[in-house]
Amino acid sequence: MNLCLKVWRQKYGKTPGAFREYRAKNVIPDMSFLEMLDVVNEDLAERGEDPIAFDSDCREGICGACSLVINGVPHGGHEGTATCQLHMRHFHDGQTIMIEPWRARAFPPVKDLVVDRSAFDRIIQAGGFVSVSTGGTPDANALPIPKVDQELAMDAAACIGCGACVAACKNASAMLFVSAKIGHLGLLPQGKVEKNRRALNMVEAMDAEGFGSCSVTGSCEAVCPKKINLSFISKMNGDYLLATLGF
Amino acid sequence: MHLDAKIPSGPLEKKWDRHRLEMKLVNPANKRKFDVIVVGSGLAGASAAATLGELGYKVQCFCFQDSPRRAHSIAAQGGINAAKNYQNDGDSIYRLFHDTIKGGDFRGREANTYRLAQLSVNIIDQCVAQGVPFAREYGGLLANRSFGGAQVSRTFYARGQTGQQLLVGAYQALCRQIAAGTVRMYPRTEMLNLVLVEDQAKGIVVRDLISGEITSHAADAVVLATGGYSNVFYLSTNARGCNVTAAYRAYKKGAAFANPCYTQIHPTCIPVSGEHQSKLTLMSESLRNDGRVWVSKKRGDKRQPHQIPEPERDYYLERKYPSFGNLAPRDISSRAAKEVCDEGRGVGPSGLGVYLDFADAIKRLSEDRIRERYGNLFEMYETITGENAYKTPMRIFPALHYTMGGLWVDYNLMSNLPGLFVLGEANFSDHGANRLGASALMQGLADGYFVLPYTIGNYFASTKPLKPAVSRPEFKAAEEETRNLTNRLLSIRGKRTTTSFHRELGKLLWDKCGMARNEAGLEEALKRIPALRQEFWENLTVTGENGEFNQALEYAGRVADYMEFAELLCTDALSRRESCGGHFRTEFQTDEGEARRDDENFSFVSAWEFQGVDKAPVLHKEPLVYEEVKMTQRSYK
Ligand SMILES: Cc1cc2nc3c(=O)[nH]c(=O)nc-3n(C[C@H](O)[C@H](O)[C@H](O)COP(=O)(O)OP(=O)(O)OC[C@H]3O[C@@H](n4cnc5c(N)ncnc54)[C@H](O)[C@@H]3O)c2cc1C
Repeated sequence: MNLCLKVWRQKYGKTPGAFREYRAKNVIPDMSFLEMLDVVNEDLAERGEDPIAFDSDCREGICGACSLVINGVPHGGHEGTATCQLHMRHFHDGQTIMIEPWRARAFPPVKDLVVDRSAFDRIIQAGGFVSVSTGGTPDANALPIPKVDQELAMDAAACIGCGACVAACKNASAMLFVSAKIGHLGLLPQGKVEKNRRALNMVEAMDAEGFGSCSVTGSCEAVCPKKINLSFISKMNGDYLLATLGF
Repeated sequence: MHLDAKIPSGPLEKKWDRHRLEMKLVNPANKRKFDVIVVGSGLAGASAAATLGELGYKVQCFCFQDSPRRAHSIAAQGGINAAKNYQNDGDSIYRLFHDTIKGGDFRGREANTYRLAQLSVNIIDQCVAQGVPFAREYGGLLANRSFGGAQVSRTFYARGQTGQQLLVGAYQALCRQIAAGTVRMYPRTEMLNLVLVEDQAKGIVVRDLISGEITSHAADAVVLATGGYSNVFYLSTNARGCNVTAAYRAYKKGAAFANPCYTQIHPTCIPVSGEHQSKLTLMSESLRNDGRVWVSKKRGDKRQPHQIPEPERDYYLERKYPSFGNLAPRDISSRAAKEVCDEGRGVGPSGLGVYLDFADAIKRLSEDRIRERYGNLFEMYETITGENAYKTPMRIFPALHYTMGGLWVDYNLMSNLPGLFVLGEANFSDHGANRLGASALMQGLADGYFVLPYTIGNYFASTKPLKPAVSRPEFKAAEEETRNLTNRLLSIRGKRTTTSFHRELGKLLWDKCGMARNEAGLEEALKRIPALRQEFWENLTVTGENGEFNQALEYAGRVADYMEFAELLCTDALSRRESCGGHFRTEFQTDEGEARRDDENFSFVSAWEFQGVDKAPVLHKEPLVYEEVKMTQRSYK
């Protein structure tokens, strides 16, 4: 099939960007979306033109590097699928596809479709960990953990830190990302000890980075490639409230 | 070059304890006077950087991704081994050690492997304390599964995302140290050169991938935890960014490269679907716990799998290796798949595939149980192929996956260059000629959490400190060299893209130095690689400039190194006139088609010393001495 791509091009973070049109020819249904872009980029490179910059690494939907807004939806809108796992069999011949970067104040643009998501790292640095150092830890089986708790913690821990939740939110809120970490650690006995302090510090860091407030529309959950559940946000609000009350 | 493995004396099970006691310590107040550069933030790098930071060293950590959390380790699916014997099925440190040495076809270093097995139990404790949500039983205790090459259940896992969870644990520990100010993190920064001062590794040259700026960083020691080189084959299960640059450039500065020809081909990957393919996707080995591998007994059988009745199916792994069956080690399973495909019994449109069938397991356990165990893998399979593996068998084929070879290190994980330490997949030491499943995660974390933090202290305490300034001529010269290389890549302005060169090189390696190798093929590859390299330097096109975010330039630099490294890989494969583990030379096989080792002539580590591009490297041999285990012909029958 042949497609028309409208791609956001922006040379440097600070220069203005614009959409440009490209033809993607002979696209095969078995290709992934990024492989389709690879082919377009090969064409551009052969003609000596600057290829379209985009982030990707594992191409298995787990590293969280890829980040495209496709036809207005982060990761293209297929349930539980990151852009790198989106296949061209979901598109049809002659279709026009709009491709944009994550847009959020806290994710400044770098080039074309690449943005700076280091704000997420700084939020984790503010408290997204268990304060244990290497060595001197008890036997792994010393403390049984109910399977339901472990499974729920794992649901939250599955977050890949891609930032789609922020890109989907009209307020560019990072609540789903932050609540996933708070949920993951707070559900396990090892992380419970620091639960409230963690919520306080991470929420403060989130606000300081310039992420907006939660819009309660659930658009984040809808685009999350790991299907992280909104209920983690209410849980986080509970932890945060307790922390502000001094518990 | 003198290679001293520095293996401590005494009985195997006492070596590490004794060595720890004998090593010198750096007192806590002095630790902050030592700077350490850690290149890499995968399991090995992140665990090392975090632990060194906790101890009080001043750490600078580098990765090329936009966040340390995205290192390739994140993609590991199946699990991590540890000799906990929680299942009471006869596991022990000795058994894990023995399985690993045997799995490596008796080409690993005994003392390192034993230490790895010992430390495996601490890793699980550490990870659980960090909040890694390993799978559990209803009673709340940890669950296990089996992996290839083992008859016990010792693999810990977190659904199909074990690497992710372990890396997130290490990343969080790293973040804690970044916040504490002991570690400074440099994401999107690529190491392009190693700097030696008075023959010791004392710094690196890096390129800021956003601004293109090339700068130097100095330290008292440099730690490389930069992963493996499977991507030299173009198509592999590795992340796109994985590369050999850091290790190879250290090699060019005098670090010995050991056993480059020990590459692992994983038996269960999704088959190639076309030219456009950018990478191959692994289907975790854990699937072989419940999946049965088969092809039709007939050649060229075009029937659908469900139309082939039971008696006409060949469950070839169960037939050939009855005691390990579908869980035969990776090298053996891969070769068996190649064999049936070579016979014309392969499945799928290309004929390069075999079935991995869950029908019996679903009958035995129910679809829900299978979904609980492997749900995300089945989903991934469906996303990529559009097929539902609960209803029809998966199609799988071997693909490049892991590299056992790497920079040579001694027992302390230090290379032959003083001050240069190498951890994780980037070193060569623990897996011999073939790695068992779920052992790479174990090794990365053992190296980073529990080995390096001790041995680096010993290095600092027993050498005269030398903290060079980046204004020294050695740094300026290394920066100049790096800039020249970058400018050279940009100034060719030829006609062929980096991808097209990389693809051609990869195909050549896969054909001549892949699952089966022989003298004629390797010699041909060794003729063709220099020619391709020459064309690369004459006809490459790289767009853009250096002083900007330029992915084309990053990629070209990595492929430039593959163009040289591929030759080293084939040279090693040619010189090793035996078959062992992942290195299968068709000339050296038993009557039954199994690998035939030659212990008399080849029980050594091949460590190569760089002499110059277009010059043959010099081979140094580290003899492999087995004090404890008896080398036997590996049998999984
Ligand atoms: C799909 C897949 C599944 C796997 N599953 C398992 C499994 O179930 N169990 C198991 O035990 N093993 C598994 N493995 C193997 C295992 O994941 C790897 O061997 C291991 O994670 C490597 O860890 P590492 O820390 O050595 O390197 P990596 O995780 O590869 O990290 C390398 C780091 O170095 C950095 N880096 C590299 N070069 C440079 C440079 N020049 N400058 C700056 N930074 C640089 C990168 O940015 C990265 O941070 C799997 C591998 C694959 C591909």
